[in-house]
Amino acid sequence: MQREDRRDFWFFLSPWIVGFTFFGAGPILAAVFLSFTDYSIFTRPHWVGLANYRELLFQDPLVPKALFNTLFYTVFAVPLGTFFSLMVALLLNQKVKGLPVWRTLYYLPTVVSGVAMGVLWRWIFNPEVGLLNTALRPLLQAFGLSDPKWLLDPHLAKPAYVLMSLWGIGGGMIIFLAGLQSIPKQLYEAAEIDGAGRFSQFRHVTLPLLSPVVFFSLTMGFIGSFQIFTQAYVMTGRGVDNSTLFYVLYLFDQAFRYFRMGYSSALAWVLFAIVLVITLVQFRLARRWVYYEGAAS
Amino acid sequence: MTREGSEGRGLTRGKRIAAHCALISLSVVFLTPLVWLVTSSLKTDKQIFKFPPEWIPSPLTFQNYPAGLTFIPFWRYLLNTSIICVLSVLGTVLSCSLVAYGLARIRWRGRNALFYILLSTMMLPFQVTMVPLFVVFAKLGWVDTFLPLVVPRFFGSAFYIFLMRQFFLTIPHDLSEAARIDGCSEWDIYWRIVLPLSKPVLAAVGLFAFMAAWNDYIGPLIYLTDQRNYTLALGLASFSSQYGSYPGMLMAVTTVMTLPIIVLFFFAQRTFIQGITLTGIKG
Repeated sequence: MQREDRRDFWFFLSPWIVGFTFFGAGPILAAVFLSFTDYSIFTRPHWVGLANYRELLFQDPLVPKALFNTLFYTVFAVPLGTFFSLMVALLLNQKVKGLPVWRTLYYLPTVVSGVAMGVLWRWIFNPEVGLLNTALRPLLQAFGLSDPKWLLDPHLAKPAYVLMSLWGIGGGMIIFLAGLQSIPKQLYEAAEIDGAGRFSQFRHVTLPLLSPVVFFSLTMGFIGSFQIFTQAYVMTGRGVDNSTLFYVLYLFDQAFRYFRMGYSSALAWVLFAIVLVITLVQFRLARRWVYYEGAAS
Repeated sequence: MTREGSEGRGLTRGKRIAAHCALISLSVVFLTPLVWLVTSSLKTDKQIFKFPPEWIPSPLTFQNYPAGLTFIPFWRYLLNTSIICVLSVLGTVLSCSLVAYGLARIRWRGRNALFYILLSTMMLPFQVTMVPLFVVFAKLGWVDTFLPLVVPRFFGSAFYIFLMRQFFLTIPHDLSEAARIDGCSEWDIYWRIVLPLSKPVLAAVGLFAFMAAWNDYIGPLIYLTDQRNYTLALGLASFSSQYGSYPGMLMAVTTVMTLPIIVLFFFAQRTFIQGITLTGIKG
């Protein structure tokens, strides 16, 4: 039996109730209001109706640009990241020697902060002395190619960001590894008795049982990478031809560089709507491929 | 050390060697950026611009460290960052465990509704409330203080509350019952029974809160304007944008900023792994 007591309950919940009121619900309502105003923080908010939304949907050419850049980054970084972290987890699950050491090595890059990562990778991508071109140069010269400019090339800047994001697959790898280790051994034994080869075991045992973890990784990865900010702010800003103008970067500029608090609130709500819709679609699609144990299929 | 994996029985010797080779070459790729960071910090700027590069700098130059650490008010930044980190961890662990306890161990009308509201707030990108919060903190005169970065941490954060609640649910209720019969108050049960039994999740949440505060950039970027109040992340970023032409110093400062986290990671590896597994599987 759990205890029922009103006073205790509200006492324990009070930090969150207060926090939710002042740092959650209150600001949310304010953000709704502000998105319909013209507000620079120095003057009073001025009601403009739907003008902010009209501007961002139909007039501001940088919004589609920022959306495209962000989607481009997300569409490549998230599936590739999920794929590679699963591959490394599968390798580590092969009874390798020194598992804790490997796990540490692959996880290490993810503890590096966004700013440090931005500073470091800006140098890695440096066309003249950067690590990447230094390593690639013999290969490039063999094919008679010149050094890629990476962050300074509007076509290569976003792929460079995707490449950098793959450095951080360690978190996903650990989650996959835990998922793999929780699959009961008997299932593989049973499959083997039924004559299933290794690939067939992977296809019919590992993948279905791991699918909830894959789904979780894709969903969270999407939400996270859609909000890419710190590295972009540190490495390139908007980049050549706005090629790395990501959505949150634009939102931040509108709010804290141009002090267009109303417009940036509208941008934030549109961001919320996009994240919500895509997450709902992912959940809907998940019914087709995610296997939940115990659920009547 | 071999490990009981669920897969990998009956692997031939050749395949196992292949797996190891793949792991070794991949890990070289993964570690090279960090090694390059450290070796670059041990070079003069002239050596950095040399091609082909020196993988092991000769001669080794240590002057970037004292130079970099005095070029920016490093110790000031470190102190600021530490203050924010300690208060954030304290606030997060305390407030989230209280709320999680209420949600997991005390039954009351409306508890489920509150729990769903809590869960739904996790969906909201922080950019939505970023602007109104800035306006409020600006009106309160809190800009250029640590208060906007620290005070909210004392009022719970949905994700960590969720994690802790899931953990508290697994603690047997008989323990609470027995304590109640002995005359313990709800606070006693929380403080003396549930918290001591929840060290893994408390450590994981504390660690994540520490990392989040240490690495936070957008928060300090919005709220801290006077250079004396900068955190390490903010200081490093502004150093990088102003003095990018001193790569040696820049790499030295980046190394120094990253090192504490890496050391922490080595000491608290199990907590890290446990925490990530907890978030991944139960999320």
